[in-house]
Amino acid sequence: MFAPVYLDWNSTAPLEPAVREAMLPWLGSRFGNASSRHEYGRQARAAVDEARARVAAAVGAHATEVVFTSGGTEANNLFVKGAAGLMKPGLIAISAIEHPCVREPAKQLRRADWTVREIAVDRAGLVKRTDWLAVLAAKPVLVSVMLANNETGVLQDVATLAREAKEAGAWFHTDAVQALGKIGVDFRALGVNAMTLSAHKIGGPLGAGALIVDKRLELAPLLAGGGQERGLRSGTENVAAIVGFGVACELAAARVSGENARLCGLRDTLEAGLAAHGMRIFSAGVPRLPNTVFFAAEGVDGETLVARLDRAGFACASGSACSSANPEPSHTLLAMGVERETARGAVRVSLGRDTQEKHVVDFLACLEQQMSELNNLTAVAVQ
Amino acid sequence: MAYSEKVLDHYENPRNVGAFSKEDEGVGTGMVGAPACGDVMKLQIKVGKDGVIEDAKFKTYGCGSAIASSSLVTEWVKGKTVEQALEIKNTQIAEELALPPVKIHCSILAEDAIKAAVADYKKKHEG
Amino acid sequence: MLKFPIYLDYSATTPVDPRVAQAMIPWLTEHFGNPASRSHAYGWEAEKAVEDAREQVAALVNADPKEIVWTSGATESNNLAIKGAAQFYKGKGKHIITVKTEHKAVLDTFRELERQGFEATYLDVQENGLIDLAAFRDALRPDTVLVSVMFVNNEVGVIQPIAEIGEICREKGITFHVDAAQATGKVDIDLQKLKVDLMSFSAHKTYGPKGIGALYVRRKPRARLEAQMHGGGHERGLRSGTLATHQIVGMGEAFRIAREEMKVENERVRMLRDRLLKGLQDIDATYVNGDLEQRVPHNLNISFAYVEGESMIMAVKDIAVSSGSACTSASLEPSYVLRALGRNDELAHSSIRFSIGRFTTEEEIDYTIDLMHKKIGKLRELSPLWEMVQEGVDLNTVQWAAH
Repeated sequence: MFAPVYLDWNSTAPLEPAVREAMLPWLGSRFGNASSRHEYGRQARAAVDEARARVAAAVGAHATEVVFTSGGTEANNLFVKGAAGLMKPGLIAISAIEHPCVREPAKQLRRADWTVREIAVDRAGLVKRTDWLAVLAAKPVLVSVMLANNETGVLQDVATLAREAKEAGAWFHTDAVQALGKIGVDFRALGVNAMTLSAHKIGGPLGAGALIVDKRLELAPLLAGGGQERGLRSGTENVAAIVGFGVACELAAARVSGENARLCGLRDTLEAGLAAHGMRIFSAGVPRLPNTVFFAAEGVDGETLVARLDRAGFACASGSACSSANPEPSHTLLAMGVERETARGAVRVSLGRDTQEKHVVDFLACLEQQMSELNNLTAVAVQ
Repeated sequence: MAYSEKVLDHYENPRNVGAFSKEDEGVGTGMVGAPACGDVMKLQIKVGKDGVIEDAKFKTYGCGSAIASSSLVTEWVKGKTVEQALEIKNTQIAEELALPPVKIHCSILAEDAIKAAVADYKKKHEG
Repeated sequence: MLKFPIYLDYSATTPVDPRVAQAMIPWLTEHFGNPASRSHAYGWEAEKAVEDAREQVAALVNADPKEIVWTSGATESNNLAIKGAAQFYKGKGKHIITVKTEHKAVLDTFRELERQGFEATYLDVQENGLIDLAAFRDALRPDTVLVSVMFVNNEVGVIQPIAEIGEICREKGITFHVDAAQATGKVDIDLQKLKVDLMSFSAHKTYGPKGIGALYVRRKPRARLEAQMHGGGHERGLRSGTLATHQIVGMGEAFRIAREEMKVENERVRMLRDRLLKGLQDIDATYVNGDLEQRVPHNLNISFAYVEGESMIMAVKDIAVSSGSACTSASLEPSYVLRALGRNDELAHSSIRFSIGRFTTEEEIDYTIDLMHKKIGKLRELSPLWEMVQEGVDLNTVQWAAH
């Protein structure tokens, strides 16, 4: 296939070769069901346990706090609906920039008499202090604020938010799907009660994720059945993917600091180039992921620009992958008070392990050319 | 389920499998457990005139731990007086075989089997 | 050359067919895109692969690809179908019906619905494991909104009369869900003919990978259900979550192979199963559990009286088999399926499920027969129950000391 330069790492990351190697035996001769008591089953069980230990170690949690799921969406659903399922209806507060897989299950809770309140963010995308204090005063039972935003890459001060939420008597969850592997993520240091992880964003396989959960927080399972994962998530374990997830976590944790510095350098080059072209970079100036740049060119349609970039050999995104079927402008940008017209022009470039300086330089050159072509077209249209 | 080496050894090579005639004067027979519970142990002791257990035999319907527990007690009771045999506690059996918590009931059953066998022996000799 | 332990637990999970693994590999290497990415070729090719696989899955069961919704496996499919349909129709009625021998994923979901205020009927089965259609009809009520019956039982392999149940449900306007996790590739499934509204599938029971399954959701007449996993709105809003392309491709390939090869394969499997049955019936006091006719050829579930199940499993560690369903075998309770068939606890405890599949050989079957003869003999020598039976004692008359 024609292989464009991949600049959409926040959507999914290519599988690490070492992860693939670790997975293959579990798609081959080691095929047992981890619930079976014979040798095939015991091997699978041991592999799941080992992966659980690796995931836990990578994020400073205890192995017994790891609940494997089919991915980040399920883990977020498990927290929101699972925690609410065993509580009296109350207030759930989520940030205004949460991923749909937190927002949508939270909305579902309204049918069970819960109140859902969004926590406003400021123009840079950070939780607005005044609104946060107002939320706490309303005594929420559950709070969910993502660690890193998938579109802007903005990092919230989750440690502080979690501490304050807990002092106010709330259970605090953070969606750390985009943060894992890009910055250090430590369950204890963050002080959260629950945290969502996904394998495929860090070079692990699609189809695996986890909810790291404080055992004092009781959850109603989403999936009833065979009682796997301490009864919190029934269903035959996806051994190969879980094994891959474990290895990917270990690799990501080992190189996060080096990669972080390298990607920051690439991002600075990219942003300097974008600024020179007059692009508006969202959330510039606040703490962000080292790999994510969300920008817009005034008067240019993001979809069109991204489509042209793709034809020219650069794969990036015009919105978050999950909602890119949706022509609505980015929910995150609207929450930040960005005008709809500007938001429609937004393009997300996310870098990763394979991204080199050359890719960034070529991208900038390509972007300049596309922009000038688009401007000419616009000029023609106006005439 | 991971079994300890000792359980596996007793399971693979059970000691003293078999039966004595129940009618025999010196034989005490204890049968404990129920098929519905998944374990039935039959323990027999052959007691000499001096009150010392000369020999023991067992048959067990049950899991590996149940078989190992009963096999082990046949070894332990031999050479003991009936009173000494009654001092064998399930905790000792569980410890010797490194039984996991879910298998502790096997050791309790084995202790009960000794008590039942001794009681049967005593009953024959009471009057 | 025999490879130990001999795998005879195909109902717990199957090996991934090497052809399936080959089909998956490219999606674990250069083709890594997120199928939901609409802005570049990495996403498009993944999306195309997902749609091709959807066609392959639909083809096996003669459905329209648009009727196939991807899930993480049969457990999720069962949860989605049952909770989703019950919750959608709860305004119409709150009575739901299933069978005592269903998989835990169905039974536990029903229990959850009972806690939410639904009223559930758990149908008994006959001694052969099949439901009695007259009893089923009697259980129906005006407020019945959902019936869930598995196609093929995971423990005893019996095939329920899905066509007949479907007719009755359709006539009454009741949503009918079928857990077909154990049926794909083993029985013909024609959803143009069967009046089934929702059907659960699993890849890993049919030589595909773990972690992927599907739910068939009928379009005409349209089956309605509420989503259970919320988020980005994937799968037409019925099931959110990034699709795992490699797993979906694997399921598609596995179902393609099943469709093309099941006719020949099932005959071979039947020959092996019959050989095993013949060999094991030579052992005294053995009882086949479940109907032998209305049954997939892959399954043989036999109780060996007077030996205990767990010690039997230990004794036969050269073969990998199950005593009771894979999901419950960690528990000490005897199989609830066999109890529902009217087997006493003792026979339920001493049952072995042999499940045969694509890679089973005649040599493996012969080895197994020989092994069972030896080991059952040894365990019976150890069994006080066998001794009593040999002495002519009727075990039913014995007063057991409870403990």
